Amino acid sequence: MRSAPPEQEFRDEELLADVIVRLIGDARHVAVGNASPIPAAAALTARALGNGRPAVSLLGSARHTFFTDGGRELFDCAGQGRIDVFFLSGGQIDGEANINLVSVGDYRRPQVRFPGSFGSSYLYYVVPRVILFRTEHSRRSLVEKVDFISAPGTSPPGVFRTGGPIALITNRCLFAFDRASRRFSLASVHSGHTVEEVVEHTGFPFDRARHVPTTPPPSPQTLHLMRGEVARELHDVYPRFAASVFGVDRQRSG
Amino acid sequence: MPAAVRTIEEAIAPIIDGCVLLIPRESSGVAMQATRVLIRRGVKQLHLVTCPTSTLQADLLIGGGCVETIETSAVSLGEFGAAPRFAAAVTSAAVRVVDATCPALHAALEAAEHGVPFMPLRGLIGSDVLAHRDDWRLIDNPFAAGDAIVLVPALKADVALFHAPMADRDGNVWIGTNRELATMAHAAERTVVTVEKLSEGNLLDDELLAAGTLAGFYVEAVAVAPRGAWPLGLAGHYPADAAHLAEYASLAATADGFAHYLERHVHAQRAA
Repeated sequence: MRSAPPEQEFRDEELLADVIVRLIGDARHVAVGNASPIPAAAALTARALGNGRPAVSLLGSARHTFFTDGGRELFDCAGQGRIDVFFLSGGQIDGEANINLVSVGDYRRPQVRFPGSFGSSYLYYVVPRVILFRTEHSRRSLVEKVDFISAPGTSPPGVFRTGGPIALITNRCLFAFDRASRRFSLASVHSGHTVEEVVEHTGFPFDRARHVPTTPPPSPQTLHLMRGEVARELHDVYPRFAASVFGVDRQRSG
Repeated sequence: MPAAVRTIEEAIAPIIDGCVLLIPRESSGVAMQATRVLIRRGVKQLHLVTCPTSTLQADLLIGGGCVETIETSAVSLGEFGAAPRFAAAVTSAAVRVVDATCPALHAALEAAEHGVPFMPLRGLIGSDVLAHRDDWRLIDNPFAAGDAIVLVPALKADVALFHAPMADRDGNVWIGTNRELATMAHAAERTVVTVEKLSEGNLLDDELLAAGTLAGFYVEAVAVAPRGAWPLGLAGHYPADAAHLAEYASLAATADGFAHYLERHVHAQRAA
């Protein structure tokens, strides 16, 4: 990771957050799960850019959520179609956008155990735009076939499904996901990385155009917002992240 | 049954070996001091159910050898990484995991609180979470043809245990917007609560407080435990002790380190 930036420079986390801000686009409500500081930074930035739209719900935060009906409200809200964008990750993600948050190897006697599926086995089906986010881009994390399906990338006709994945962001690139062909395509490669490198470190096949663009840098306006009000808001939920990326300490955040 | 204000040791007496113990997610109020007392007491073979996830509490109970089965949608240390004792226990088959997903646990507890046998839930179809749940069913929606939907059975717990900001002497507990704590209490045979402080008067007499209050009718016992969620935080009261949690994550990475942590922070500490 690069260190504290002059105005034209930006950190990797800021670029990834900016990519997510663009993917969020126009939405009414963006929800962010636990332990997701970069998606949280992106959601708060989108809200700041949109003068309060979208509504943002950060799980695990008392301040940055409007939920008053306990843990069920997020899922009820999603079930009603009131959450437009959510973020999921996976210890493994495969080429059909199946995600594995459970284990590697035999389920009953795994070699590696991850935390668990969280809400993915439900939210992946009912949130229209799910953004997959996995900073580690390697053949260990992006695999041909996941060992355990916490939630499938697509479902056959007849299965109730109003949502699913639209994209996968890693520390090297942005993939778009096409539900009809059940395949990822390489949308852009981050500055400092190459298509060859992406191919080398990806365990699944994916589509790509002859010319793949470079991921555009964050605008000065976006960086200004992220490093200012967003960083201070983020400190409430992710103090370690806000301190290490944006240099926000307890005194500045109040 | 009127709730009684007791010591922590007395309050947790209903949590016996082999019982189904229901605990909340970190942000809703975790009874960590009571958990340490429970580990010192040497409770065994718990069927631990998390509503719907857990962090340090489940990791500590598993590492402490108290858990036979854990029914959960995730156990991690949040910003402090993986839950090391949970992961070690699962990979060595020392604990049985019943994998769920968050809304399935909420739905199963809601079925219990409603007194109905099951609840339907969207999603899940085609997942390995469903494939490994022999106790869940896939049925056709009886109201619409060609619409498959999953049913999860009601989940009744023997004891629910959590920590809250305050209670009164009638056992009414203020839970604020953490409404799943009420669902947990409704779904459990008995509910044990530790609180930061006792409130004078009756919480139900104040309309504003009453809206965020779990009635003492549902509460078996209340024990006062100032900073009882430590080293986790209690929303609106105190933040998590980040330095301590980082130390835990680092020590618990190995069995020896965890044993050292237990000795120092659980066994060597007597209840306040």
